[in-house]
Amino acid sequence: MLGFAIRRILMLVPVFLAVSVIIFLMIHLLPGDPIDNLLKIGAGPEQRAALTAKYGLDRPLYEQYALWLGNVLQGDFGTAIVQRRPVASLIGQALPYSLALGGLALVMSTVLGVTVGVIAASAKGSWLDQGLMGGVLFGSMLPNFWIGLLLILIFSVSLGWTPVSGARGWESLILPVVTIGLGGTALVARVTRVAMIDAQSRDFVMLLHAKGVHPVVIQLRHVLRHALIPVVTILALRIGWILGGAVTVEVVFARPGLGSLLIKSLNQHDYPVVQASLLILAMAVLLGTLLGDLLQAAMDPRIRDGLK
Amino acid sequence: MLLEVKDLSLSIGILRLLDRVSFAVDRGQVLGLVGESGSGKSLTALALTGLVRRIGGVVTGGVILFDGQDLAGLPEPALRRLRGKRIAFITQNPMSALDALKTIGDQVDQVARLHLGLSRRAARARTVEILTRLRIPDAAQVARAYPHQLSGGMKQRVVIAMALAADAELIIADEPTTALDVTVQAQIVMILADLVRQRQIGLILITHDMGVVAQICDLVCVLYAGRVAESGPVETLFAAPRHPYSAALIGCIPREGMAPGALKGIPGGVPSAAAYGDACCRFAERCPRADALCRRTRPPERIEGGMTVACHHPLPLLSAAPEVAR
Ligand SMILES: Nc1ncnc2c1ncn2[C@@H]1O[C@H](COP(=O)(O)OP(=O)(O)OP(=O)(O)O)[C@@H](O)[C@H]1O
Ligand code: SF4
Ligand SMILES: [Mg+2]
Repeated sequence: MLGFAIRRILMLVPVFLAVSVIIFLMIHLLPGDPIDNLLKIGAGPEQRAALTAKYGLDRPLYEQYALWLGNVLQGDFGTAIVQRRPVASLIGQALPYSLALGGLALVMSTVLGVTVGVIAASAKGSWLDQGLMGGVLFGSMLPNFWIGLLLILIFSVSLGWTPVSGARGWESLILPVVTIGLGGTALVARVTRVAMIDAQSRDFVMLLHAKGVHPVVIQLRHVLRHALIPVVTILALRIGWILGGAVTVEVVFARPGLGSLLIKSLNQHDYPVVQASLLILAMAVLLGTLLGDLLQAAMDPRIRDGLK
Repeated sequence: MLLEVKDLSLSIGILRLLDRVSFAVDRGQVLGLVGESGSGKSLTALALTGLVRRIGGVVTGGVILFDGQDLAGLPEPALRRLRGKRIAFITQNPMSALDALKTIGDQVDQVARLHLGLSRRAARARTVEILTRLRIPDAAQVARAYPHQLSGGMKQRVVIAMALAADAELIIADEPTTALDVTVQAQIVMILADLVRQRQIGLILITHDMGVVAQICDLVCVLYAGRVAESGPVETLFAAPRHPYSAALIGCIPREGMAPGALKGIPGGVPSAAAYGDACCRFAERCPRADALCRRTRPPERIEGGMTVACHHPLPLLSAAPEVAR
């Protein structure tokens, strides 16, 4: 298991480097210039040149990249050009909001999705199964921002139960979490159901029945364990996605967070912030994949032995 | 009598898959359930334990007397308490019969913990003891292994260990050796035969292999297309089969390289369940002795010389020449 983990972590290094190059190039080849946002109206070319030199933007790309990566590896993300604060502190401020939102949404979609999936699979073909999966399909077709607006209309505007927007108090988390969590719930429910149905029909289940094991125990202790392997893989992949995918929701609910910061910095062409945010999102995706692999190996002895 | 099955009929949907099947097996006896692929052997086994309900099967008639109690009408919770405890099942394919995510020990322990109420520790001690008795070297270590780390023969022994873990009185083994290679097959068969003698349990052995039947069975029941063709003591059947189908089966004790269940000398195959006729002998299409009577009347069961035969024109009693097969 340890060897497996070390191998997987080492495999991440080249991927991380490739991702950092792509992010760096993407941003520097994009049209637009952060200096535009800093120059006072009527400023001359000398002032532009001075500012460009100050932020190192006049040097060759590869030098800028090496400098940036070197600093990043030491934990220094540089200073925001437009927002004029250390990037690390901007991100440090935004990240907890995103983590709380994404984390809770992930918990919600896992718990709810797995429950719905298990119930649907156990009652496969019945009206309960069809009703649950129909509802889930419907929920997954609605766009995030639309669900968000609908929830605001119902619970904040009409009923006045939750705040309309902002990030004060735990109540302000409810609607955004539900908004993001619903889509994930649908996905998890569908994957769980299919995986459960697949596992239910395998030979070992008949032997468990022949041993006299109670059907509920068979579903929860045996079949679900098999079904959770693909579910966990997909959830782990979603970790990064949820952090980044919170963008629209953060905008709809006017919440601070990595998504809002990214959008704001993109609009201002604030390279260092955009780079750092994208890198962190990419890292989240990579770590999610790693986590998925490790969890899979922890759950399936065949993978630990390199058989699958 | 440990188990007495009388006129068992079974349907799945509109398909009438078993038609008045009868046989009996007592403690210390091995009953061989034989017949070509599709003759209804597995369904019979599933019907005995109520597992057939899981694939939509309904017992439409007959009784399954286990130790005097009729299992056919028993509700599922009561059946569940019997399964694994008094009646154990050994499935066809040991490769896929075990839960790949749990250790061997956990899976065998489960039976004694569930049915005997043993603690984790006591159950494990019992598991190791049973595995050792089944001649598994390093049983304690094997108990900590996962199924994929064992060979097919080992896995089949593990499944047998589960059948022994709660001291079952009746073991039903559905082709326990088909997936294994020949030397391992022989070992497993010997293990099962020894268990029957030592523990005085009843064993129903489903098999394609007439050689195995001759070797370890006391009784045999030949199924064809969901009906019993012939049943009775093994020696009598092998000495003088009365039913043309059993004669053909015996005539083709498989030799190397022959497809299992293939009937030498008798072309065609078991009809599909949808094509089962009612008022006829279902073997008539393939039977060299068939005549008009066979095609329009179900052959009555006759009991002669210790054998039960369902045939209009049985081979002569005590004639040692199974002419059809040769
Ligand atoms: N779930 C099912 N639904 C409908 N028909 C079935 C079902 N299971 C089995 N049958 C049919 O019942 C008949 C007997 O099947 P069974 O599995 O008992 O045969 P078998 O004697 O065990 O054969 P084999 O040697 O191949 O295992 C076959 O015609 C089969 O097609
Ligand atoms: S009843 Fe007729 S067809 Fe059937 S086995 Fe006997 S002789 Fe053959
Ligand atoms: Mg079968």
